[in-house]
Amino acid sequence: MSVTAIRETGHLPDLSRVPLVDEVGVEERSARFQTRSIKKESKVEALRMVLSMIDLTTLEGQDTPGKVQQLCQKAIHLHDAMPGLPHVAAVCVYPTMVGVAKKALGKNNIKVASVATAFPSGMAPRQIKLEETRIAVDEGADEIDMVISRGAFLQGDYGFVFDEIAAIREACGDAHLKVILETGELGTLDRVRRASVLAMHAGADFIKTSTGKIQPAATLPVTLVMLQAIRDYFYETGRMVGMKPAGGISSAKLAIHYLVMLRETLGAAWMTPAWYRFGASSLANDVLMQLRKQATGIYQSADYFSKD
Amino acid sequence: MAGSTSRVPVEKTYKIYIDGKFPRTESGRFFPLEDSDGEVIANICRGSRKDFRNSVVAARKAFPGWSSASAYLRGQIIYRIAEMLEGRREQFIAELHLQGLSKRRAKKEVDATIDRLIYYAGWSDKYQQVFSAVNPVSSSHFNFSVMEATGVVSVLAPNESSLLGLVSNIVPAIVGGNTCVVLASEEMPLCAVSFAEVLHAADVPGGVVNILTGYREELTGQFASHMDVNAIIYCDSDTDVAKEIEISAADNIKRVVNRTNTDWAQEKSQNPYLIKETQETKTTWHPIGS
Repeated sequence: MSVTAIRETGHLPDLSRVPLVDEVGVEERSARFQTRSIKKESKVEALRMVLSMIDLTTLEGQDTPGKVQQLCQKAIHLHDAMPGLPHVAAVCVYPTMVGVAKKALGKNNIKVASVATAFPSGMAPRQIKLEETRIAVDEGADEIDMVISRGAFLQGDYGFVFDEIAAIREACGDAHLKVILETGELGTLDRVRRASVLAMHAGADFIKTSTGKIQPAATLPVTLVMLQAIRDYFYETGRMVGMKPAGGISSAKLAIHYLVMLRETLGAAWMTPAWYRFGASSLANDVLMQLRKQATGIYQSADYFSKD
Repeated sequence: MAGSTSRVPVEKTYKIYIDGKFPRTESGRFFPLEDSDGEVIANICRGSRKDFRNSVVAARKAFPGWSSASAYLRGQIIYRIAEMLEGRREQFIAELHLQGLSKRRAKKEVDATIDRLIYYAGWSDKYQQVFSAVNPVSSSHFNFSVMEATGVVSVLAPNESSLLGLVSNIVPAIVGGNTCVVLASEEMPLCAVSFAEVLHAADVPGGVVNILTGYREELTGQFASHMDVNAIIYCDSDTDVAKEIEISAADNIKRVVNRTNTDWAQEKSQNPYLIKETQETKTTWHPIGS
């Protein structure tokens, strides 16, 4: 348990002392990231980096072992017509599919992430959430994506949310914990910032914007606020926390804007799959199409890329 | 309108038409359009390959909805385009005149364009019956062929016939359920932009028709090579250009439709075979008892 001991730095901080967010300033700053001109070689490198950071995701009620196996095949063979591509960081599935994914991925060094804690609503007793987390880890999940109890958070019961994250953290053992704030339900950027601080102090390895089931999901402003929280937390404690925007990032261009923002907010140290992920299902193919366009000069069609 | 009471002139900004919206080109470039006396009539967007790419994305997105809309609805919408154009006859006549046509020719062209729209609106629920077939086969199958829209069509509209030629190439494609990206006449682009406004007012869904202005030499290669375009229509008689189009189109085996040397004013330039040129034939073998 030594690993968890190190990660659990804290106790619940005084959230009233968390800096307030200047909403207009954040909007303007994030708009600025979209005006950077990224030219050819840098663009290709950025696209390859995006690929390596993708958590290829399927989280649907209609998921079957067959579909998950197919997704894993896609993760391993992104586009064999272009040799030398990096593989995605992880495959993200429901707990019942962890075993299937683990087996399908074999020794390919692609991680298995599992959502847990009554994803996506988080409306279940703690006991069940802990049990679900343990099951996912026992099945072989390398990473757990938990959701916070937004209801409790919104009614100000920060202690409850903090304890819950800390308890799940413990149940994860050696598995990495990503904490989903579901920013679309938090309402304001101030709350996003507060929830980020709370989650990091409770032991999150990653903070993640959204489940992908609620609109709005990841946006540039929300992600910027979370990155700033990570930066300040790092200055305060010396511990790096990862970031995962998820939901709604489906174009390569937008993904590059996110990387620009990451580079200019947290710096180069965070620019690896160990500290930054994209939760997405359709982003990979768009990136592949752009890479192919860069290689051939010809705009591509989705018809020539495997769906999953 | 002389003296102190004269109004400040309100000049129209000619923009491009992508996904049901009227943006300027993302490149920010433009070129001045001059009349025969060298006077600048308007600044025209010099569309870029990225505008083209965005248009293809819009056209692809619009395709499932438009191709599955009922023939009746497509016919109604195309009839509506004619109605809207009828209401703006004077504007189009004036624009053609401004670009060098005589008043008489301009009027004739606008009238012919409206009539052409009506002509193809009528074909919307008929071409299937003409081109579909029940085929004789020597096995226990009911075998039939129907027409299906090919997908996204890129159109290099004729340079000379800037309104009638434009419409004569767009409409047969869309009446058959295709969506399209069009490059307007380089020398006479005004009517194409105004026609986009007519399309917009006629409830043609965004993305079904996308109209760009710009340099032909710069954009032809993109129109021909894009992997997500299923057919290309061109009217250019230059054999080098034709060769370039044919070679680039081969990568994803686009349909290449060559409409060189067509006199769009003639009656015989409107016929259902133009619809068929952007259709695929789907044949079904359905088992039946002997």
